[in-house]
Amino acid sequence: MKTFYGRFSYKVYKNMEDETINTSEVNKNTKGLPERALDGVKILEYCSLVSGPYCTKIMADLGAEVIKIEPPVDGDPARRMPPFPEDKPHREKSGLFFYLNTNKQGITLDPETPEGKQIFLNLAKEADILVEDLPPGDMERMGLGYDDLRTINKGLIVMSITPFGLTGPYRDYKGRALNMSHASGQAFLLPLLSPHANRPPVKVGGNTSDYDPGLVAVVAVLAALYWKGISGRGQHIDMSKQEALISMQRVESVTYANDQIVMTRTGNKTRMPGGVLPCRDGHIVIITPEEHQWNALMTLIGNPAWSKEPWCRDREARSEHADAINKLLIEWTTHHTKEEIFRKGQALSCPVSPSKSAEDLMNSEQLKHRGFFAEVTHPFLGPLKMPTSASRFSESPWLFERPAPLLGEANEEIYGERLGYKKEELEILKTKGVI
Amino acid sequence: MKPGPLEGVRLTEFTSAWAGPYATCLLGFLGAEIIKVESRMRLDHSRNLSFSTGKQFSGPDESEVFNNLNLNKKSITLNLKEPRAIELAKKVAGVSDVVMENMRPGVMPRLGLGYEALREIKPDLIYLSSSACGQEGPEREYVGYAPTFAALGGVSYITGYEDWPPSNFMGAIDLRSATTAAASMLTALVQKQRTGRGQYIDMASQESIAVLIGDVMLDYVMNQRVQTRKGNKGYRIAPHNCYRCSGEDKWISIAVATDQEWEGLCRTMDRPDLIMDKRFAGSDDRYNNQADLDRIVSEWTRDKESYALMTLLQTAGVAAASTLSSEGLFKDPHVRDRGVFLEVEHPVIGNDWVIAPPWRLSETPAQINRHAPLLGEHNEHVFGELLGMSPEEIKTLEQEKVIY
Repeated sequence: MKTFYGRFSYKVYKNMEDETINTSEVNKNTKGLPERALDGVKILEYCSLVSGPYCTKIMADLGAEVIKIEPPVDGDPARRMPPFPEDKPHREKSGLFFYLNTNKQGITLDPETPEGKQIFLNLAKEADILVEDLPPGDMERMGLGYDDLRTINKGLIVMSITPFGLTGPYRDYKGRALNMSHASGQAFLLPLLSPHANRPPVKVGGNTSDYDPGLVAVVAVLAALYWKGISGRGQHIDMSKQEALISMQRVESVTYANDQIVMTRTGNKTRMPGGVLPCRDGHIVIITPEEHQWNALMTLIGNPAWSKEPWCRDREARSEHADAINKLLIEWTTHHTKEEIFRKGQALSCPVSPSKSAEDLMNSEQLKHRGFFAEVTHPFLGPLKMPTSASRFSESPWLFERPAPLLGEANEEIYGERLGYKKEELEILKTKGVI
Repeated sequence: MKPGPLEGVRLTEFTSAWAGPYATCLLGFLGAEIIKVESRMRLDHSRNLSFSTGKQFSGPDESEVFNNLNLNKKSITLNLKEPRAIELAKKVAGVSDVVMENMRPGVMPRLGLGYEALREIKPDLIYLSSSACGQEGPEREYVGYAPTFAALGGVSYITGYEDWPPSNFMGAIDLRSATTAAASMLTALVQKQRTGRGQYIDMASQESIAVLIGDVMLDYVMNQRVQTRKGNKGYRIAPHNCYRCSGEDKWISIAVATDQEWEGLCRTMDRPDLIMDKRFAGSDDRYNNQADLDRIVSEWTRDKESYALMTLLQTAGVAAASTLSSEGLFKDPHVRDRGVFLEVEHPVIGNDWVIAPPWRLSETPAQINRHAPLLGEHNEHVFGELLGMSPEEIKTLEQEKVIY
């Protein structure tokens, strides 16, 4: 199945099994598939939950070969995280695990055992990139620290993702996504606007604060890969989740340092009118920093008499009267629907949008048109739709190669075919709990 | 000093606001040479105004927001309403590996600066367009900023109090879009390194946010459940919340996932009795009785200092972190030790604090070499040295408001 649209013929492929792909006009890789940016790049992932797996997922979707190492028996704890069909936990049915690990191969391995450690070293020898998220010092304790790995593979790039980084007074502190959202300055400003400072700050919704560090990590890993392409050399990258999140709020983070301004979730006096406003069937967001956008908003609501008042004159005046103006805006918005305000507002080039739920996203005509969702098949979850990527690459299509791995699914292939272990040897390793 | 991993890569950008400039700023941290094309005719609004604080700047070179998002770059001014300026823009793009733009879809091709036109000049060019909703589709021309991207990407809907409207968002949303764009341009650079070919990348800010809630969308796909706001709640684990501490607007986040951590918390609170309390025996029990639990924990935290609690709890193996404001971050000993805040000397602003690159690369460090460029600061360098124009030629074009 392929969909062509637009000037550059973006290609969106569905499940490889059920369709014949006409790839005559695209370049092909050694597997006979359309060529992708990271073809031939070998990545080892020794991570759990969200950040590390999201980092390697982005690269797996771009063609990299990712081998995911999971602990024997229990596997990645993400397997125990929702959503599950009918809310029934099952280690092969986690929607979170499925989303984060599609296009990867999975093996089980305990590198704490002597045989397991040797296998890990053998895999690291062949890899371009290792992404790991163990507490600082754990890899070194196992004899798998960067210095150990560098001696067997000088081209290896090691990305270490930890809550607070590999150095500093908090290096050994634990931090779940909740803590990182709060320790980074992001939660302090949420929700915006909170009705009262007596109500607590909240984390960013969903698992977002866990996805973010994975995204920030990819940038450094790819830059290191580019440099490896020039120099043949790898390196060690230390990334703290806290700093990854601070970096995404870099402008708000320095307001105290430079101007002694402490922004809060209850807002400040200089804000513009607009923000999240109730409408007939939900909420909309309006932001009009430019004069022509404010004028467009006034046109949208029918140029009411109050819009000619002196306190609507310019941005400064409107900021001073933001609360009063919002009351007037709400009188209008509550009589109109999300869809109506969205379409009519955007037709006037007024920056306005509905607050979209997951359902709204799944039904979005725009996202459908862009081929944002792919329909893929998973042995336990059946066919289902999943989000793909925010970027359409003209030369590197998003491609579904394989579903998220079942626990230990690739053990035979990786240990047997690639590393040359015999069936009997694998049985022994299994009994010993190595794999 | 060691060079960055992207040394030798040149990027020309036609971007403004936050989501475009920070994308290329990230590549600049990593050693790429970034040439920013801007104009006095229509200033990047971040040179005029801080969206966060509302602060207005009296001149184009006084904005600390612009400084923080455009570090290491070069600036040239071109009035793109002038055909001769378009020709110059093409020449600069022609000696670049990457072009990025975040104008409204359709504008760059109309100016003669679209991918197809520039590919004629530079066949292996990498070209990324960043927009609100993408270059194609019924909503392609829709406009927005960080708050609308958060709303369109679905993050706003699931952030906030259970009994309160969706949360608004600010710049951090734009910088997620920027980070996505940076990763995409790097991807194309890696591919070009191997194949010699460039490509076009169409990135949508809406989607850069939506991909961060993939599991929330899959809950809808699997169960037709529309997730809403849950405050600080976690999945079947508790306590998992933010608790008031002594002092004004001081809080601590505590996340307890295992029985061991629960025992650590009980001992730290000096409440060993709770370990045996049936209401809180396993993580499901704690989750189901989290309202009781939250009351007990907040009773304990409310008169204590947040940092002291963090130390106590972390020592007991419990994930706990103070909720930091911009002041808290600046004064935090760990943040300080890691060098997260850097002071950059700026010729107009003076000393200005910015945030350091978020990674430590052992061989090719990411770094900040200089302040953001003054408007048109590098006209002479780029038009003169890079394109070989004479000083008189440049001067004439400046007077005729082409280089402007």
